[in-house]
Amino acid sequence: METAFLLEKLILVVVVFTITLVIAMYSTLAERKIAGFMQDRHGPDRAGAFGLLQPLCDGGKFFFKEEIIPAGAHKGLFIIGPVIAIITACISSAVIPWGQTLTIGDASIKLQVAEVNIGVLYIFGVIALGVYGIMLGGWASNNKFSLMGAIRAASQSISYEIGLGLSLIALLMVTGTLSIGEIVAQQSGFVNWNIWSQPLGFLIFVVCAFAECNRVPFDLPECETELVGGYHTEYSSMKLGLYMFSEYINMFVSSALMAALYFGGYNFPFMNDLGLSANWITIIGVLVFFAKIFAFIFFFMWIRWTLPRFRYDQLMRLGWKKLIPLAIANIVLTGVIILIKDTFF
Amino acid sequence: MQSLSNRKKVLEQKPMNFWERIYLPAIFKGLSITLRHFFKKIPTVKYPEEVRPYSKNFRGQHSLKRDEEGKERCTACGLCALSCPAEAITMTSAERAKGEEHLYREEKYAAVYEINMLRCIFCGLCEEACPKEAIYLDGPHVTADYLRKDFIYGKDKLVEPKFDITKLAKD
Repeated sequence: METAFLLEKLILVVVVFTITLVIAMYSTLAERKIAGFMQDRHGPDRAGAFGLLQPLCDGGKFFFKEEIIPAGAHKGLFIIGPVIAIITACISSAVIPWGQTLTIGDASIKLQVAEVNIGVLYIFGVIALGVYGIMLGGWASNNKFSLMGAIRAASQSISYEIGLGLSLIALLMVTGTLSIGEIVAQQSGFVNWNIWSQPLGFLIFVVCAFAECNRVPFDLPECETELVGGYHTEYSSMKLGLYMFSEYINMFVSSALMAALYFGGYNFPFMNDLGLSANWITIIGVLVFFAKIFAFIFFFMWIRWTLPRFRYDQLMRLGWKKLIPLAIANIVLTGVIILIKDTFF
Repeated sequence: MQSLSNRKKVLEQKPMNFWERIYLPAIFKGLSITLRHFFKKIPTVKYPEEVRPYSKNFRGQHSLKRDEEGKERCTACGLCALSCPAEAITMTSAERAKGEEHLYREEKYAAVYEINMLRCIFCGLCEEACPKEAIYLDGPHVTADYLRKDFIYGKDKLVEPKFDITKLAKD
């Protein structure tokens, strides 16, 4: 029993890890392709059919580039920086429920790596750790521009984490649980999706998630105009690649989180009326979940090639003066509605 | 102060109204614009495989023409060199010897004909000046090279390749 459980989890971890990495890898290609199409040109199409080998070429290039560690840098922290960034990005996918239970023989496998009942808190903890990667990298470079970029990144992350948390509290008030698995399970069908009860919360969540992922229009940590390059100015070769890669993994995970928390995760309309066996519904559910994730990833890229970058004071004003009060108002509103529902209906 | 030109415009910044201040309508408008481009036909030409045709009056590399029987038209009169504003063309004339009647159309011909492609400005005046219709700028682009001396194009590069008269008659 114990070994079977470990084996099951191990396989699941490896599969989820692989899928995460592959999706992050091909997100880089998708990003360039989508950018191309939105700007009336082809994206990369030289390596392989439709440029499908482009991510491999990019990876190879990153590995073979010269690696430079600045003379005044703190070598240990300089190396640990991107490592922390990529590890925190990877481990946050552990609590996301990818599907319902899969039954093979008499063994039933739940398609979720860690079924913890504080999943939302875990995600928040891990996201908060991600700032360390950026901050350490910027500080250890011994470059004032990097340090400035890192400080900007850190204060941005921390500011928007508040908005993110507050927008989620309203959601937690509706669902009454911190377990992501259970939040998804509650949203069966189509009418029960949390987006219908929490539209404002979702909007705040999306904006904050963009800021947390350092994506346009909140990509202030990277700033080739003001601070040479941002927190990763001194990084070269695969260490820079890891920073970039962790950004794409973060994008994938937050897309998954948005799909799970607000758009019903693996649930799809009429899933219980189709008369299919449980395993088939699980498999379709996983596919539906990934379709939702891809839609959100596309949305991320769509925004990137539409909106210009914020100015830093505008960013801070939006975060502190607009989103946080709005999120608190959303909490109050949700509380009032719940109170009315409980007393009168 | 009174405007001198009477074209002065006062820029006024009106305070934004509510919908402008929450930005979302503008963002959705922008998103719809980029999404429309997503479905547009891409005008990009995939260059090495796909070459865009030049316009009819594109002036490319010069070529020295032959007549219907494959003889060189140029008689080394020097009018092209004279008309050239960049002084890129130089030539040495020679007299046609016996037995060379099938090579050159008239008694005088260009033994050496050189165009310095670094000087040439592709104005086309040589084309216009030529009384014998011997020079046209109908070639391809002049390609890049490593040495300056390689940009001086001699007759080996300029004269049209010889063609088979019998094949020409058939067409």
